[in-house]
Amino acid sequence: MFDTSFTWNDFLYLLDGAWVTLQLTFWAILLGSCVGLLCGLLRALLPRATLPLSWVLDVFRSVPLLIQFVLFNSFKSIAGIDISAFAVGCIVLGIYAAAYFTEIVRSGVLSVPFNLRRASRSLGLSYLQDLRYIVLPMATRVAFPGWLNLVLSVMKDSALVMWIGIVELLRASQTIVTRIQEPLLVLCIAGLIYYVMSLVVARLGARLERRWQEND
Amino acid sequence: MIEIDNVYKSFGALEVIKGVSLTVNKGEVVSIIGGSGSGKSTLLMCINGLESINSGSIRVDGTEVHAPGTNINKLRQKIGIVFQQWNAFPHLTVLENVMLAPRKVLGLSKQDAEAMAVKQLTHVGLADKLKVFPGKLSGGQQQRMAIARALAMSPDYMLFDEATSALDPQLVGEVLDTMRLLAEDGMTMVLVTHEIRFARDVSDRVAFFRNGLVHEIGTPEQVIGNPQQPETIDFLKSIN
Repeated sequence: MFDTSFTWNDFLYLLDGAWVTLQLTFWAILLGSCVGLLCGLLRALLPRATLPLSWVLDVFRSVPLLIQFVLFNSFKSIAGIDISAFAVGCIVLGIYAAAYFTEIVRSGVLSVPFNLRRASRSLGLSYLQDLRYIVLPMATRVAFPGWLNLVLSVMKDSALVMWIGIVELLRASQTIVTRIQEPLLVLCIAGLIYYVMSLVVARLGARLERRWQEND
Repeated sequence: MIEIDNVYKSFGALEVIKGVSLTVNKGEVVSIIGGSGSGKSTLLMCINGLESINSGSIRVDGTEVHAPGTNINKLRQKIGIVFQQWNAFPHLTVLENVMLAPRKVLGLSKQDAEAMAVKQLTHVGLADKLKVFPGKLSGGQQQRMAIARALAMSPDYMLFDEATSALDPQLVGEVLDTMRLLAEDGMTMVLVTHEIRFARDVSDRVAFFRNGLVHEIGTPEQVIGNPQQPETIDFLKSIN
């Protein structure tokens, strides 16, 4: 028969970890979306002036996330900045997400046909009104699937914060594995929890997209 | 009144308008005909400041379009333009397409903007399509919506840039009918068009453009009925 030392308390411990994962993802995506939106707009609208910005963001897209976590965490200690490891996790993940989101926003904005912008300006809309009422709504529809992908990948990449001492879902599962020595079962359960969290996000996104598609 | 005075315009090394002067009086319908690359569409874009000019001047009701201090957004309120590609905003319904500028630019209330939009859409025969998204409309319907969208700003001038060129032949008539009604209402219009018969019917004057210049200008009877310049005769022959 199926025999395990995995207890209800272990499961609750995993859920605690999952809650940390969700919080990390939420703050990182919030930060990443705000910064990425701003940077993406600047990159699309002022491509020449903001070229150096793209070099900076390329660093965050190119260096492995794990290295970024460890380096930033060490820097924090050396510089004597007094913030929690959780805050470090949110900031590093957030900047990482921002670097990717910048490109997603940029391609969304550039996908709006020049002629449509010209048409809106011809009606007397100002540059900012054109951005707000024409460019951003249309770009959102293009950028949204990419943003959703980003949310899902940040949720999973957040597991790397265990290297700076944060107990999230994956770290919690490893603690349990060490104690009860049933890696397959524990990892299956942890994987299932990741899957359910991702599924909810993906489903909510799909519903929103469907509503837009009905209009087009 | 639109006063175009000795305007030059080039895109990089390519000079497309080479000293055009043309005056369009209030209530007048002026058609611009000519081969592609003759600078006629570019001139329309210059009139409402969508394109810059290199030298010369364009004044609309006395306001210099390209002067640095000109409030171009304000000026554009009275110059409607309809493009070859109708440029419907795909994320807005037909009604919202037409309401947007009256609400955001003129600052009308929702009710007033909607009343204006419904009036203009009824005028162009789209009263039954208010809640529809443009993607569901035919090209002709989208173009009529674009005309209603421009008219909802109550412009004093309407510019048409080959408004029927991208339409299927069977849809051209409905758009021309809409434009004809507008001309009969006394709207001041500048049309760039390849519909020679239509130009002859509705225009007060016709200008034949060639190589970035007004090559021949006069009443439709003169320019289309009895052209004097050999190039005009050749052009009219070539499109008939």
